Amino acid sequence: MSLHIENLHANIGDREILRGLNLEIPKGEVHAIMGKNGSGKSTLAKVMAGHPDYEVTKGTVTLDGLALLDLEEPDERARAGLFVAFQYPMEVPGVSIANFIRAARQAALPEDAELDAVEYYQDLYVKMDALKIPRNFTSRAVNEGFSGGEKKRCEILQLAMLAPKYAVLDETDSGLDIDALKIVSDGVNALRSPDRGFLVITHYQRLLDYIVPDVVHVMVNGQIVLSGDKELALKLEAEGYDWVEKETLATA
Amino acid sequence: MSTDTKPDLNIDRSIGDFRYDVAYEFDAGLGLTARTIDYICDVKKDPDWIRKFRQDALKKFESMPMPTHWASPDLNNIVFENIRYYLSQGTQAKRSWDEVPEDVKRTFERLGIPEQERKFLAGVEAQFDSEAAYSNIKAAVGEQGVIFVGSTEGLHKHPEIFRKWFGKVIPTGDNKFSALNSAVFSGGSFIYIPPGVKVKHPLQAYFRINAENFGQFERTLIIADEGSEVMYMEGCTAPKFETATLHSAVVELVALKGAKIQYITVQNWSPNVFNLVTKRGLAHEDAEIKWIDCNIGSRLTMKYPGVIMKERGARGEVVSIALSGDGQHQDTGAKMIHAADDTTSNIISKSISLGKGRATYRGLVQIGRHLKGCKNNTECDALLINTDSRTDTYPAITVHGKENACQHEASVSKISAEQIFYMQQRGIPKAAAMSLAVNGFVNDLVQQFPMEYSVELKRLIDLEMEGSVG
Repeated sequence: MSLHIENLHANIGDREILRGLNLEIPKGEVHAIMGKNGSGKSTLAKVMAGHPDYEVTKGTVTLDGLALLDLEEPDERARAGLFVAFQYPMEVPGVSIANFIRAARQAALPEDAELDAVEYYQDLYVKMDALKIPRNFTSRAVNEGFSGGEKKRCEILQLAMLAPKYAVLDETDSGLDIDALKIVSDGVNALRSPDRGFLVITHYQRLLDYIVPDVVHVMVNGQIVLSGDKELALKLEAEGYDWVEKETLATA
Repeated sequence: MSTDTKPDLNIDRSIGDFRYDVAYEFDAGLGLTARTIDYICDVKKDPDWIRKFRQDALKKFESMPMPTHWASPDLNNIVFENIRYYLSQGTQAKRSWDEVPEDVKRTFERLGIPEQERKFLAGVEAQFDSEAAYSNIKAAVGEQGVIFVGSTEGLHKHPEIFRKWFGKVIPTGDNKFSALNSAVFSGGSFIYIPPGVKVKHPLQAYFRINAENFGQFERTLIIADEGSEVMYMEGCTAPKFETATLHSAVVELVALKGAKIQYITVQNWSPNVFNLVTKRGLAHEDAEIKWIDCNIGSRLTMKYPGVIMKERGARGEVVSIALSGDGQHQDTGAKMIHAADDTTSNIISKSISLGKGRATYRGLVQIGRHLKGCKNNTECDALLINTDSRTDTYPAITVHGKENACQHEASVSKISAEQIFYMQQRGIPKAAAMSLAVNGFVNDLVQQFPMEYSVELKRLIDLEMEGSVG
């Protein structure tokens, strides 16, 4: 059981961004991808989720044996168990967080099943409390007028409520102060489980002090060029990315 | 997309699209002449002054051109000769559902009217084609002196109030369709609220077109005497016919000193209905008239609810939501006439265009010379769903005098692909995501509807959205 990416190539317009990416995240593990700006980290998240701007030209993504890319619509992939916490979550004016998550939960149910509203709210409140999100947020429109930290907490709340098989966190640490970072990390750590895999995309090592990964990958030019343990992240933090690029050029 | 359509909603979509055969006792036949008017007057036993009023209105109607120099040329597709102007089973509305003929009663039962009446209404009138089949108010409301009857009954039994205000807010010749209504009007409500009486629960009228090649021309007159308050709600449906159907109402509201009238419309006409309605209120000193108007369905709707603020301190408000689907044109807006000092008006309009649907906003705000302390606020927002959807805004604001304030804001937005992607990433199918975004867009206005109507409204928006995503 894993989220398995094989030889993935993807374009935006005529530009190739992912150039034969290979990665396997076994269920129960947390993997981190680090890389410079423009290396294709966020693209990977969007391509897997089915963003309409990107075209997959080659390769496969297999989610617990299911050919994810065969599902055309992003909502089908989401319901298959993939969740992406975005770096810049969209605002949905006029739609309250409670109604939004409720619609998502409802969509996950079989067609004739009706969501139990009481149970839903109980669950929502427990998870909001854990993320220190005030109760009055339920009636606020999704991400509208939220601070950076509030947006990220709201993403993790959705992650907690939708309980996916695999979660991709795209630069979840960006725009967070240290307190918010702790809250968000605690939230994610509480969701770590043998039944769930995580892919944490980040620019900085700092987040990995809080969400400790099992494996760290380095992405350069749309490929994973190096993998290692937590120490690799520390080395990247101390020495930058140049040595990785040199090394990979030398072996290429 | 299409794989995500929910079959249960598809069944629901036809909520108003059904028809039972009904035997009509009175039928004015096709076409409109002076003899048609006489037929209607005879059936309704109209007094002479009404007969003359109608005949004069017919002449006015015939003499006025179709307003296609500014309005949609689609108006030229109305064939007046092919319409029946009066159809009924009798002119007496029943006071009890048990007395309503079975063939009519089952229509209203299917629409859920008797059930709503029991649950949350102070009174109900149910109009079937030309006449009210049922009209009743709760005893407690009647004991307060509230009158809630059909226009014919109002005219016969309360001539002293009726005649004083009838046709005074909207003159016959206001426009071609108010003239048409004045010639052939039948049904609609006559409401009088005595001084100081605050009617707690809403009064509701339901307008149902059942017959093909038919025109419904209800006439509503509501008078709220000094310091009184009333909320009136109307709902409208018709089955889908092959041919065009005409609905052309005139609604006049009179709020005397310190009175408050709220008039709520949720219409869901089938897409073959020409809906050409004139609605206006006259607000006296410190009185308040608020139109809450929701236009869904119809082929062409032209409706600009207005308030004339006749005396100091009067307030007028129009809150409107219009949803134009493929092949539909919602041409709606508001008229605010400030005719006294310290009068305030507020217009909030939101329109949604789907597919090839078109939404037009026309606003008229007038603040007369020599007036001071008048304020108007206009906000009109349009949401376009598809690339071939269309929206137009025609505001006309005339402010004379120096000590008045006018504010106009307009916006046009599209639901972005990023927004839809975000929602889909949470597992929400595209159509449902669109629905959520549209409901979000009108959410602040929907809050102003009574609960029962806001639920209905949300459901109607979901239904319209279902077919629009592809």
